[in-house]
Amino acid sequence: MSTAKQSPGMPAPRTPTAAAPHSAAKAVVTLLAGALFGFGLSLSTMIQPRVVLGFLRFEDWGLMLVMGGAVLVALLGYQLAPRLMRRPVLDDHFHAHHAAWNRDTAVGAALFGVGWGLCGVCPGPAIAGLGAGNLELLWALAGIALGALVQGWRAQA
Amino acid sequence: MNLLTLFPHGWQHYLLGGLLIGTGVALLFVFTGRVGGMSTVFSSTWSWAVQRPFFQQPRFVGSRSWRLVYALGLVLGAAVWWLGWAEGAPQSTGLPAWQLLVGGFFVGYGARLGNGCTSGHGICGLGWLQLPSLLAVLTFMATAFMTANLFALLAGGQA
Repeated sequence: MSTAKQSPGMPAPRTPTAAAPHSAAKAVVTLLAGALFGFGLSLSTMIQPRVVLGFLRFEDWGLMLVMGGAVLVALLGYQLAPRLMRRPVLDDHFHAHHAAWNRDTAVGAALFGVGWGLCGVCPGPAIAGLGAGNLELLWALAGIALGALVQGWRAQA
Repeated sequence: MNLLTLFPHGWQHYLLGGLLIGTGVALLFVFTGRVGGMSTVFSSTWSWAVQRPFFQQPRFVGSRSWRLVYALGLVLGAAVWWLGWAEGAPQSTGLPAWQLLVGGFFVGYGARLGNGCTSGHGICGLGWLQLPSLLAVLTFMATAFMTANLFALLAGGQA
């Protein structure tokens, strides 16, 4: 590390890290991971709000299989990778994921459920569905983006 | 007793789709160490346009690029399915625009306030064995069941 002075208003100089040479590869893997996610959402018809609403009305339990299958594989990755590998293939550390249970989480989850129960669209399918040519989902996407904006506007950083 | 009556449209595509979603999440983690919930992109992307301190937090500014790439991947993956498996057949939600917009607003506000959605708390949180995520999932499942059934009742089965 150099001892260059930083004034508060100036952006910090980027320190080159060991991961920097992999940035293109990381982008490709991130894109591919997203593509698997989006393909899975489409194949499992989760990008169709009526299927999701059908689950929420106890007409078809498929969403449980989607969720169960996804959690199973994610669990294997999250639990095994940090034990078997010192670091991710293309970076220097595994990110931690910690959820907290507090008033915001409770209220937020409850409101999320109200919205989800009304339109049958959650953030992943709102994005993925566009790739399947369902442009009506732009309404949901706009609603989600607006909701996120208002939430951040009201929140304390 | 027949479990298949729970799945009038079959069950294989649900399970296979879920396994693929999990594979995407695990692949992202194993190669980049990133935890790929989907709702954060809706806050982090605003950081390009809104200067308020909330949106300028390092957790948003530092992840906004890869989150957009991840979202682009989502669109691409769905496009591959659409063109290769659904013959590009027109897709429709069958829902009025206001329902998508209003529902979406609550989804966006709630997911960001509660720091997670069906993928962030559901897939990533449960995969990480986080008890708060389990509580969040149970909470949004409960309000979603109530809302969907109440709305169906009020709309007289038309919605």
